[in-house]
Formats: sequence, C-alpha cells, structure tokens
Amino acid sequence: MNRHTWIALGSGVIFGLGLAISQMIDPEKVLAFLDVAGHWDPSLAFVMIGALLVMGIAWRLQTRSVPVDAHARKLSIPGHGIDRSLVIGALVFGVGWGLVGYCPGPAIASLALFSLEAFVFVAAMLAGMQLFHYRRGTSAS
Amino acid sequence: MTDFTPWSALLGGGLIGLASGILLLLSGRVAGVSGIAGGLLRPEPGTVGWRPAFLLGLVIGVWVFGALGGDLDSIRITAGWPTLVIGGLLVGFGTQLGGGCTSGHGVCGISRFSARSIAATVLFMTSAGVTVYVARHVLGGGA
Repeated sequence: MNRHTWIALGSGVIFGLGLAISQMIDPEKVLAFLDVAGHWDPSLAFVMIGALLVMGIAWRLQTRSVPVDAHARKLSIPGHGIDRSLVIGALVFGVGWGLVGYCPGPAIASLALFSLEAFVFVAAMLAGMQLFHYRRGTSAS
Repeated sequence: MTDFTPWSALLGGGLIGLASGILLLLSGRVAGVSGIAGGLLRPEPGTVGWRPAFLLGLVIGVWVFGALGGDLDSIRITAGWPTLVIGGLLVGFGTQLGGGCTSGHGVCGISRFSARSIAATVLFMTSAGVTVYVARHVLGGGA
C-alpha cells in the first residue's frame, strides 16, 4: 500500500466515525430531518454546518499548496455550468434518498451493521451507478 | 420521532469536514463518496487502491464508533425490499448523472462556493423533502 492509500483509509475512518456520531447512518434520523411537515428534527443541518466550517478552512489552505498525489488529476470539478444532467441527476438522487433515508456515504458505512437491508440497498446503488456508465458508454460509441 | 441533537451533529459534521480536508490537503482529492464509489466500477490506472481504502475506512469508522461505546443497535432500516431496490437504483443513477451527492456537492462543493454544487444540493434536498412528504403525508401510513 502506498502513502496515498493509507491517507484515503485514514480519511475514510474519520469520515465514517463522523457519519456514526452525527447519526447520519440511521435512516430514521435522516428521514426525520427531511420530514419538515412532520415531527421535524433539524439536527442534520448542524452536520452540514460543522462539515462546511472545517472544509471551508481546508479549501483556503489548499489554494496555497499543490496537490500531492501525482495520480490525482486536476482538482477542478467539471465547469460546464448548471446543465440538464446536473438538474435531473440531483432530482432523481433526491427521490431515492427520500424513499430510504440513505445517500451514498452513509449507505456504504452502514455495511458495518451487517444488516441484509443495507447490503440490498448498496447492491442496488452500485447497479444504478453501473447502469449510468453502461448507458453513457453505449450512447458515446 | 427522533430527538434534536445539535452537538453530536456538529461534532460528526466537523469530523466529516476534517476527513474531507485531509484527503484534499494530503492527496489532492475531493471526498465525494458517489464519485469514489462510481470510479470503483471503472478502474483507471493509478486510481485503483485509494478508492476501496476510503470506502473500507467508512465501514471501519462505524465499527470504531461501536467499539467506543456508541449505540448502533437502535439503528433500523425500515424500508421494504422493493423500496430499498428502487431507492438504491435512483441514488446510484442520479448521483452519477448529477456528478455528486451529499458529500461531493453538499460538503466539498458548497464549501468552495461552487454554483453547480449549491444548485445540486438545493435540488436534491427539495426532491428528497417532497418524496418524504408524499410518502408520509399524502400516501399516508406515517411510515
């Protein structure tokens, strides 16, 4: 394992710990946040605030340094504006998130619970990702 | 019903930000989970090892929480199998089409004031909220 694999592992462990402490790995907690018209639990807005504060500092530090991993391609995230793909993709993702209460990070972290439901959801999620890349692959050729 | 837990939420969020910051500053990578998982399915040279390492880390992080005395037993995934499968497919497909999820757009993108990420986050939060509203209050059941 090279250095960047260890960094990724360490980052993942801290990320997973954060997901557990904030209860984002509990679908009921997430759905209670999304259920504004019910017994609304605004807790997860504080997860966002905490993460944004720390990550905002990281971006400020980053502009003064150069990416370390030679394999990491340029950091700039695609700059093609707010296009159709972004809008439709985000809306579709939101429906799935609202149905179950899991977005990708908590879903993968929840595999730690050894629950059959978590495995079913992650398998379907990976299949959905594969479906997208398969479709794009065939339409591009 | 769940309890309002602002402090643990803030702490957990801070750790998520710290983890994303470490990956950015030490490896020059953006911690978008849907991007990391999606890339796992179509490996490119030089990008293979770190992706499974990060995803494995997520799982280990939850175990660490349990080992430290955190409560994992009360977590229940209540959705039935058809809902799990449909929801999973939509989350997988949607995040790839939209180029990110709660971590990539919501945390890494918004914190650098990306207009795309702000738009995506508003849209997926809204559609998730509408979905929960329809499922719980229109179709009923309170589930």
